Amino acid sequence: MASESAAAGSTPVASRGRVWGYALLPLVLLGLFVLFFLRVGPLGVLRAAFPPVEDLTITRVALRPGLMEVFLTNGGPAAVTVAQVLVDDAYWHFTIHPGPTLPRLGRATITIPYPWVQGEAHTITVLTGSGLTFAHIVEVATESPRPTRAFLLSFTLLGAYVGVVPVFVGVLWFPFLRRLSRRWVHFFLSLTAGLLVFLGVDALEGALSSAGAVPGALRGTALVAMGLLGSILALLVVGRLAGGRAASSRLVVSYLIAAGIGLHNLGEGLAIGAAYNLGQIALVTLLVTGFMLHNTTEGLGIVAPVAREGAALRHLLALGMVAGAPTIGGTWIGGFTYSPILATLFLAVGAGAIFQVVVEVGRLVASEAAREVATLLNTAGFVLGLAIMYFTGLFVAL
Amino acid sequence: MSSMVSNFLSRRGFLAAAAGLVGGAGLLPLAARGFPAGQSPPPGEHVPPAVPAGSAAPPAHGLNTAVGEVDVRRMAYDPSAFLTAFERGRVSRLPDGRTLREFQVVAYDKPIEIAPGVIFPAWTFNGTVPGPTLRAREGERIRVKLVNAGTHPHTIHFHGIHTAAMDGVPGLGAGEVPPGKSTVYHFDAEPFGLHLYHCHALPLKRHIAKGLYGVFIIDPATGRPPARELVMVMNAFDTNFDGKNEVYAVNTVAFHYARHPIRVRRGELVRIYLVNMTEFDPINSLHIHGNFFHVYRTGTRLQAWEYTDTIMLCQAERAVLELRFPYPGRYMFHAHQSEFTELGWMGFFEVSDHGV
Repeated sequence: MASESAAAGSTPVASRGRVWGYALLPLVLLGLFVLFFLRVGPLGVLRAAFPPVEDLTITRVALRPGLMEVFLTNGGPAAVTVAQVLVDDAYWHFTIHPGPTLPRLGRATITIPYPWVQGEAHTITVLTGSGLTFAHIVEVATESPRPTRAFLLSFTLLGAYVGVVPVFVGVLWFPFLRRLSRRWVHFFLSLTAGLLVFLGVDALEGALSSAGAVPGALRGTALVAMGLLGSILALLVVGRLAGGRAASSRLVVSYLIAAGIGLHNLGEGLAIGAAYNLGQIALVTLLVTGFMLHNTTEGLGIVAPVAREGAALRHLLALGMVAGAPTIGGTWIGGFTYSPILATLFLAVGAGAIFQVVVEVGRLVASEAAREVATLLNTAGFVLGLAIMYFTGLFVAL
Repeated sequence: MSSMVSNFLSRRGFLAAAAGLVGGAGLLPLAARGFPAGQSPPPGEHVPPAVPAGSAAPPAHGLNTAVGEVDVRRMAYDPSAFLTAFERGRVSRLPDGRTLREFQVVAYDKPIEIAPGVIFPAWTFNGTVPGPTLRAREGERIRVKLVNAGTHPHTIHFHGIHTAAMDGVPGLGAGEVPPGKSTVYHFDAEPFGLHLYHCHALPLKRHIAKGLYGVFIIDPATGRPPARELVMVMNAFDTNFDGKNEVYAVNTVAFHYARHPIRVRRGELVRIYLVNMTEFDPINSLHIHGNFFHVYRTGTRLQAWEYTDTIMLCQAERAVLELRFPYPGRYMFHAHQSEFTELGWMGFFEVSDHGV
């Protein structure tokens, strides 16, 4: 009571302190509760009823001359100890760093001096202390690429073949698009939307299947959801902030499309790099040719929004690079440090970006359409976009 | 990883298939342009395996081995000691003058280390896998008390000649002995030879695979020539319960006799009591390097059956092998299914003039 006046003088500080107190109180209580639960809670009984569930994931295997490097992640709820390693159903000498026991979410690298055979398959099995086995098949053994200058250059060239060149080829449709009437521009915008939906579904499917290879505790599917929704929302905000003026908004949509396609192409680069890492040279070759054909249509999609009012050459160049260059990064990541976690995240982000761009394209058409967006021409364009994607894929195989 | 790639391309799933059809032939030159020569090793050319710096030197048989050492003290079981450990029971004389030989076998659950760091939740007779090697002489009266201190019903089924009630199978005689209970099997030791015993409770596979088996030797009344006698039980363990074995061994511990070779004296008669208790694989085999041995199938005759260096036995089949090593040195023995060898079933005889 004696300090009432002093307290009154510092009321804001006191009340702020109180606010913090109220904010922290539940956290402190929760902490105590969790502690109590772990110490004396019913978990002991539940745990005793079940044997330990171990969940080791072999995320990557790198092959060097006479050596195998196996990268492990413990995605299970408890620590796991690596007891022995088998290669092709034979116990084999190995060393493990930093140590044989991996805590939850811990990682380790096993080095096995093994005379692997070029071009053949090898199975690596990790036997844990409790006798459980976790296997990984190297389908076609080949020396893993290292980021040497020659390989970096090769992967860069591959990425350029797949991503940059075809996109710029597609951008060459720009003068043609400029001479079209509004109806036909809308047709091509709808076609773009069709292409994009296809690419989005493709990327999402890739993300979900890659999620299956993510260590359990890292929750691959949740990672997909995060990447997908995160990129949709991020691009939504970017679009809002940048799309103030009507004239620039078309260019913004073009950039958004380019960004979405870029992220998708990053996924394609990952696939190419990873296929090389797996020694599937024939697959790499088909991928490169397939993606080249395929990606040409992406250039068309990028320039369709700015067809009417035109765009400076520097913008066209920048658009092409935004859409195409990430392929190069993808081949690097896929070839040198393939990780299912990164692959899943990139593919999901790419899918989200593409879906968001589809929405933007739709809004662009809607804002300009006099009455109806879903005209016969626009619908036909959309379906044609889907079909082009489907058949350019098929065409490669035939 | 591969599934990720192929699934990612599922829309063009045919691509992967086509890759197999088209093959590398026409496409490789294009790929080769992308990947300069000299970056990947030419086929069949590899640097010989080297031990990474800082790691312990591997034992004999190079790098194809388990890493580390089994703690035989903690396990209270040493495969080297097991080779020559014979349980002869408590001997007394019956009113009719015959010898009565009594054994006690306790079945209980016990985790055992079957390869360095690999713990198998075994069911054991007397705490070890295999159980004790019970040894009697032809014609003796045998009494075996089974105490079940485990968590499941168990029996002991002896190979040999006895009444149906003493057969140790469910539904006959004492049948399955529940946890906490016991029973006594009694029968005459016949015929002489190399036999085995194992739990016959159901499900049968599981009870055997878990480790409930052992060797039962009935010596012929006339005896066999003096020799260095070794018991070798070929067995295996399905550590992840997928119906296939991950660890193969003789006397349970993978590669044990590679790290601790069996020492014998040059020229001395070595007698091996070889029993196949391998579950999940129909046959197992033994091959001895640099030597040949006489085979006494099931040990029920005193005349050798054949002279060979490799013998194949079905599960529960057994043979007495006799040999002498004429030269000093290390001689490998192993299953001649190379898969079993590489999964732990191999070891060495160390032959020297001073022997054990």
